[in-house]
Amino acid sequence: MTHAADEIAIDVKGLTKSFGGREVVHDLSMQVKRGSIYGFLGPNGSGKTTTIRMLCGLLTPDSGEGTCLGFDIRHDADLIKRRVGYMTQRFSLYQDLSVRENLEFVARLYGLRDPRGAARDMVKRLGLSGREGQLAGELSGGWKQRLALGACTLPNPQLLLLDEPTAGVDPKARRDFWNEIHALAAEGLTVLVSTHYMDEAERCHEIAYIAYGHLLVHGTVEQVVAQSALTTYTVSGDHLQEVANALTGQPGIDMVAPFGTSLHVSGRDKAALESSILPWRDKPGLHWQHAAPSLEDVFIDLMNRSKDNFQ
Amino acid sequence: MSAVDTQHEYAGEPRFGFLHRTYAMLVKEFIQLRRDRVSFAMIVMIPVMQLLLFGYAINTTPHHLPAAVLLQEDSDLGRSILKALENTAYFRFTREVHDVSEFDDLLLSGKVLFGVEIPRGFERAVRRGDRPALLVAADATDPVAASSALSSLGTIVQTALAHDLYTGDPVSLPFEIRAHARYNPAAESRLNIVPGLVGTILTMTMLIFTALSVTREIERGTMESLLSMPIKPVEVMLGKILPYVMVGFLQASIIIGIGVLLFGVPVFGSLFLLALLSTLFIGANLAIGYTFSTLAQNQLQAMQLSMMFFLPSILLSGFMFPFLGMPQWAQYIGEGLPLTHYLRIVRAIMLKGSTLQNLQYDTIALFGLMLFAMTVAVLRFRRTLD
Repeated sequence: MTHAADEIAIDVKGLTKSFGGREVVHDLSMQVKRGSIYGFLGPNGSGKTTTIRMLCGLLTPDSGEGTCLGFDIRHDADLIKRRVGYMTQRFSLYQDLSVRENLEFVARLYGLRDPRGAARDMVKRLGLSGREGQLAGELSGGWKQRLALGACTLPNPQLLLLDEPTAGVDPKARRDFWNEIHALAAEGLTVLVSTHYMDEAERCHEIAYIAYGHLLVHGTVEQVVAQSALTTYTVSGDHLQEVANALTGQPGIDMVAPFGTSLHVSGRDKAALESSILPWRDKPGLHWQHAAPSLEDVFIDLMNRSKDNFQ
Repeated sequence: MSAVDTQHEYAGEPRFGFLHRTYAMLVKEFIQLRRDRVSFAMIVMIPVMQLLLFGYAINTTPHHLPAAVLLQEDSDLGRSILKALENTAYFRFTREVHDVSEFDDLLLSGKVLFGVEIPRGFERAVRRGDRPALLVAADATDPVAASSALSSLGTIVQTALAHDLYTGDPVSLPFEIRAHARYNPAAESRLNIVPGLVGTILTMTMLIFTALSVTREIERGTMESLLSMPIKPVEVMLGKILPYVMVGFLQASIIIGIGVLLFGVPVFGSLFLLALLSTLFIGANLAIGYTFSTLAQNQLQAMQLSMMFFLPSILLSGFMFPFLGMPQWAQYIGEGLPLTHYLRIVRAIMLKGSTLQNLQYDTIALFGLMLFAMTVAVLRFRRTLD
């Protein structure tokens, strides 16, 4: 293995996958550096889960190739599985087994030398001491998530694939979860995590945005925002719904989205946008401001554009 | 999009609210039923299967039962008697043997249900008016199969032979028919049913235990993470089957124990052999149940598949009706069911004291069926979610 390959945990090219004639992932290529946290963003049904499943050998790509931890994703699924921890979107530990029994099961399956000891240490690390006898199904959403992460990291994987790990988890638990992920990455683990949450995207070292099976942009958050070439104005004041209705569909205005008490008006053609909003700029009671687009603006714009291109 | 276009007026509590709501439920159920192909198939398959099996395959007064003949002399009278026996339509002579031990082996292994022995010097003794004995030995482990043939033996042979015999007297035969109901002389049906129940109960419970095992993991979502871990299909299968081998073994011990203690069913053969072959049978059923669970889409389908397997197992295995009384096609189907082979094994060991050598064929068949099911299961087990 070359030194460059050592640095790259995931390196895939042209992955394509269809189900029943419908292309779910199209010609997807990506590279993930070792030890980084890579955020995978995109709307529901955009192909995030399918891509993750192809990376860990749960699905066979129709075409395309690549390596995961240096192993061929088509032929070395068994070798990959030993080194990858995959946390599914839906809680997939045994609800009718206790916390300890679930962890011991995983430890035995991976052939750890001391399954009981490994499970005991993990219970301690998760902060579940005293509750190891509780059935996994009885845990709250946040604790289930932590336990699932614990089960994934138990066999000391080199790569974690987390599929929407924080869906339906309260903010405190989400924050703890992300702290844990950063701690793991600091230990050298590569983490690929899919999410819907913009604040989580900003906690990643790098992000990729995928819609309708196409990987649209990737890079750091700053790079993605800079690449978007989007002009955004925020407007606050009275009767914003009226303003929104009037501006929607005007030349140069690609998006009008309410954010709390203000409105984000964005478009790619700066000149057209500015001329369209001109009649509203000096209305009394409205306060206009030129602003940097938020990550969400960028993503919604990408999604709208990809809809035009691929649907 | 304007909200008004898609809005429908709520007209207040409708006048026949009960009917509307019931109708809504009914429409939904019909749609779901139509989408559930296996349920739909069951609606048609179960009655058709039952009717065909009961109508064509099952015969409580079976005919053309396989019989062996031990000819100690070659005489015209002997031949006419055999011909007459065959003409009764109860017997079909499939084997001719030359010594008594071969004769016994055929009965012990269940290859024939009857044996007819024409002793040396039979014809001469008849001519002399000595009334010699013609021995008819029957395997009476299944009293239904044996009794109708045995009970009508005398009169039917007499009528059939009437014109062949030189005695002017049509009322009495010039020889004696000595019928010997072996293994179950009192023709007690419980001696047949209790061992049969061991097989039936095991089939039912073992199938259900494993038929749900894979589908349950898929439905609960645990399969996805199981597949992402380094475990092979064979390992999943064996891990899921082995605990139930013990459960099945316990169950078999309970049934046989009760059979012996409460119902006085004997165990003439080796208990060890019985335990060994029962374990094989348990394994075969678990493997088949597990195969169903790899074929089914969900737990309901797995249950339905088990039902559709259980039904012919009860009807075509020889549990309810004599196996050898069924038409050939039904027997071929029966040979594909583990219960058929196990019933022969368990009845033979308990009631006849048969040995492994007598039961070679059925043992190999059980083993073959188990391996077949396991192979299908391992091949069918999807290692990916494709």
